Amino acid sequence: MSGNSPDSAVGGPPLFTAGGRGPRLFSGTGRRGTVVSTLSTVLVLVLIAAVFLLAPGARTVAHAFFYPKDAWQAFVGDPRKGYYSVGGAIWLNIRMFLAAEVLILPVALLIALIRQSVHPALFPIRMLATVYVDFFRGVPLLLVVLALGLGVPGLYLPVISHQPDAVYGVAALVLSYSAYVSEVYRAGLNSVHRSQIAAARSLGLPHRTALRYVILPQAVRNIIPPLLNDFISLQKDTALVGVLGVIEANQAADIYASATFNYSSFAVAAILFLILTIPLARFTDRLIERDRRRRLAGATI
Amino acid sequence: MNAIGIENLRKSFGPNVVLQGIDLSVSSHEVICLIGASGSGKSTLLRCINLLEPIDSGRITLLGQDITAPNIDPNLVRRQIGIVFQSFNLFPHMTVLRNVTLAPSKVLSTPAAQAAAEARELLARFGLLDKCDDYPDRLSGGQQQRVAIVRALAMRPQIMLLDEVTSALDPELVAEVLDVIGELAAGGMTMLIATHEMGFARDIANRVCFLEEGRIIEDAPPAELFTDPKDDRTRRFLRRIVDAKRL
Repeated sequence: MSGNSPDSAVGGPPLFTAGGRGPRLFSGTGRRGTVVSTLSTVLVLVLIAAVFLLAPGARTVAHAFFYPKDAWQAFVGDPRKGYYSVGGAIWLNIRMFLAAEVLILPVALLIALIRQSVHPALFPIRMLATVYVDFFRGVPLLLVVLALGLGVPGLYLPVISHQPDAVYGVAALVLSYSAYVSEVYRAGLNSVHRSQIAAARSLGLPHRTALRYVILPQAVRNIIPPLLNDFISLQKDTALVGVLGVIEANQAADIYASATFNYSSFAVAAILFLILTIPLARFTDRLIERDRRRRLAGATI
Repeated sequence: MNAIGIENLRKSFGPNVVLQGIDLSVSSHEVICLIGASGSGKSTLLRCINLLEPIDSGRITLLGQDITAPNIDPNLVRRQIGIVFQSFNLFPHMTVLRNVTLAPSKVLSTPAAQAAAEARELLARFGLLDKCDDYPDRLSGGQQQRVAIVRALAMRPQIMLLDEVTSALDPELVAEVLDVIGELAAGGMTMLIATHEMGFARDIANRVCFLEEGRIIEDAPPAELFTDPKDDRTRRFLRRIVDAKRL
């Protein structure tokens, strides 16, 4: 891979991929390395396929989980037969994910900044933030979804208790993920060297300005991979909102399975989730690489 | 009036006493070099003047004003005191130009176009104009340090503090940075310079202060301190330097 990949022309360090993310998956150099890695890849794939195809229950499983006709029916849906389109339902997952992400980023940053503050007067808020993070990292997300989805409507509050279930689901996702993401932010803030703070403050920049223009941009660059990792996880966890009866992809697949006794709908849901998450992962790689190259090569590239 | 006045300044980090009663005054347009072994308190002294380290006791005045008084806004003080660090500390996510314009535009509210024009003028003066759009990673250590000096100058400080600005540089890059400092001195900039470059200190300083264990042991013009040191400790230090062929 290394010898003839187009990336090697950029002249990056030989041990790293173009993404700069770690050791190459396929090490070895030159044509011989390519041959060896290709052979071993084929061998591994053949072995995995053999286990699935030659197992005693292989045919049953293939029919129950990977039957093209059922997969297609689940994908398009048919309300007259009592099931929903998984392909249509994933749109709700996407919307819940986007809404949650837009809220999580600022909320988590706020929590992280509160926890990083040092002013004695902020002690009570700092303590609250710590309790918040401990609590929502400790409680299973499923329970938070159920608590909000079943509990808040029961309060009979004006407006707040009369929202669609998906809103409670998003609220639960925001509460839970903000706790995780705030810790990622905190790690990022700590990763910026103290000398950068000294340099910024020595120029007369007030704390807030130094944070905004010097510390945060560097912190965020450092945490893009773990941040995106959490968001990939968030995309999948939108499926948990299904327990409230919201017709998102996983719930739609479940309804299809109950109605037809065929589980191919779950395979469809899985593939749809993959289609969502893999581009996000590749996008992260490109973002990191672009930033690395720009800083190393100057602004001319 | 003194640019900087320091009276009985004491500073410790926990049990570690770093400055034990420093008295020093720096006149306007004066260049003072601080010499002494690592750990003698040179860097801490500079960081205290810039209010980057809180002091334990004593007083520091800037142009007659007590800047260690409790009601002082450190940001206003720091605008007037430029500091350059051993490890450059440029902002790696910003271009050279942006490194230089950030503080003028955010702190002094200089309009963007004017800040950029002034920054280009300064960068041009120190031969860095072609590096404007580069990121610091792309620059040599000497270039980075010159940018760091320009960044501090862009705030038009009354005084510059230089903290061993050549110590992290490859030997062949030291001269270009020292030349910049020499030019500043010739332009009348008040400077307090912690340095290990004895030859440079001899050439540029109006006064040289030798520090040991957080005290100023000897404070004299360079011709006197380097050729006829009065104190035994200064003599010992200079002999070690000479033996190491650094003078």
